[in-house]
Amino acid sequence: MANVTVLGATGNQMVAEAFRQAAVDVLPAYPITPQTTMVEGYSKFVADGRVHTEYVAVESEHSAMSASIGASAAGARVATATAAQGLVHMYEQLYIASGMRLPIVMANANRALSAPINIHGDHSDVMSARDSGWIILFAETAQEAYDNTLIAFRVAEHADVLLPVMSTLDGFITTHAMERCELMDDETVTSYVGTRTPVNPLINGASASSHGMFASLGGTYFEVKKAQRAAIDASFPYIQEAGDAWENISGRKFEFIETHQCDDADFIMVVLGSSAGNSRVVADELRAQGIKAGVLRIRLYRPFPFKEVAEVLKGAKSIAILDRSDAFGAEYGPVGLDVRSALYNEGIVIPTRNYIYGLGGADVTLDALRQAFAEIQQLADGKLDQSLSYLGTR
Amino acid sequence: MPMTQKTRTYKDVSNFDNWTSKDFAPGAVIVDPGNSALYITGGWRSNRPIWTKENCNDCMLCWVYCPDSSILVEDQKMIGIDLDHCKGCGVCAVECRFEALEMISEPEALKAEGGN
Repeated sequence: MANVTVLGATGNQMVAEAFRQAAVDVLPAYPITPQTTMVEGYSKFVADGRVHTEYVAVESEHSAMSASIGASAAGARVATATAAQGLVHMYEQLYIASGMRLPIVMANANRALSAPINIHGDHSDVMSARDSGWIILFAETAQEAYDNTLIAFRVAEHADVLLPVMSTLDGFITTHAMERCELMDDETVTSYVGTRTPVNPLINGASASSHGMFASLGGTYFEVKKAQRAAIDASFPYIQEAGDAWENISGRKFEFIETHQCDDADFIMVVLGSSAGNSRVVADELRAQGIKAGVLRIRLYRPFPFKEVAEVLKGAKSIAILDRSDAFGAEYGPVGLDVRSALYNEGIVIPTRNYIYGLGGADVTLDALRQAFAEIQQLADGKLDQSLSYLGTR
Repeated sequence: MPMTQKTRTYKDVSNFDNWTSKDFAPGAVIVDPGNSALYITGGWRSNRPIWTKENCNDCMLCWVYCPDSSILVEDQKMIGIDLDHCKGCGVCAVECRFEALEMISEPEALKAEGGN
């Protein structure tokens, strides 16, 4: 019988607990704000003898991911964590980890990218890596960061998936704010995540194997990359299975997207991560005034749940798509581009506006979200165009 | 979804140039050790070593230096050159003390053989 401890905890604490309960074999990490207390917490577990993890204090994130790749290829269960400049410093290795099909689990404390220098929360870092072949989950709360991280191990290491998974939580808002959290007992979690059964490991395998192979001319590289795309496209049911199995234990639902009052909604706001709560508050206000507003939160960002997103949005009169990062030079920010693409696939033509918000940790106020909902009502009436705009700038 | 554990082993890689995306192990891991012998690299060669057996005294200097293990030896005697894997670097001809190895142009060697 599952035994739950209720505690006040930050997102970083909860991710460290998830790593501990998953009995990670190797954890190479370099501290960076706002991820620092996560790996600091984990290093304390190591120092106190509560885990048997090989904690590798590397000299950079480039090395953190390199060490993760080596250990994962060897057959170990591997986790790491980073943020912002650290994530982009790993960029070369992100593609190597996914291309070598290594089931590394990485937590990312979503943070702004320099320049200008800024240590606060937005999605610029993770969005820069959105197409690097990693499965990417966005948590709204500290509890969800814990849940997503445990689900991540089960998905990544499944023999039919074998892809790295990024479990992301918003810098400071989710990494540092203390929330009411439920920590599952170790035994239940251990049984949920299981032990890693590596496929063709570098050491201790049935036969010798070679990893990180050369595949140049003649189309071999092309075929292997095609297989990688097929693997992430085919991962949806395995992600759902892992989420459902965790729901059976924890009682907390796992869905690729979470909807709030969307069934009959005329005006829907699409949002990721910690800002969803404020969006729901504003949608409820509007509902009280007789305006049919709803909120769609995307929890699984890669692979992108195109069908599910289109299904929810198809009845709306207009849509506000919120982006906490920009895709400079593109028509919209990354979420805007993906959501529009999802609609196009289903032949749905609904006017949208894309809102860049909260960059560098700028406050996401209720007033700003009210403004977005007011504007998309004008958009539906043809009084505003679909251009990219901003929430909360001066 | 059923939690299956697939076993992926590919013992015969000689035809891998024709494999599709479905044929590779995840991450293109090579699970069959020693299969590089099946991959013919001799076609990369622009110069070919020619061995004159009469001059050779089996000192094995070429065998030591050859980076592609292409000097074939049996019972401590050189028996020939593995032209399927020799890339024609010429180190054997440079190191040979007995004028038993010399490099000639590969296209000319092929022409002499009646090839292309």
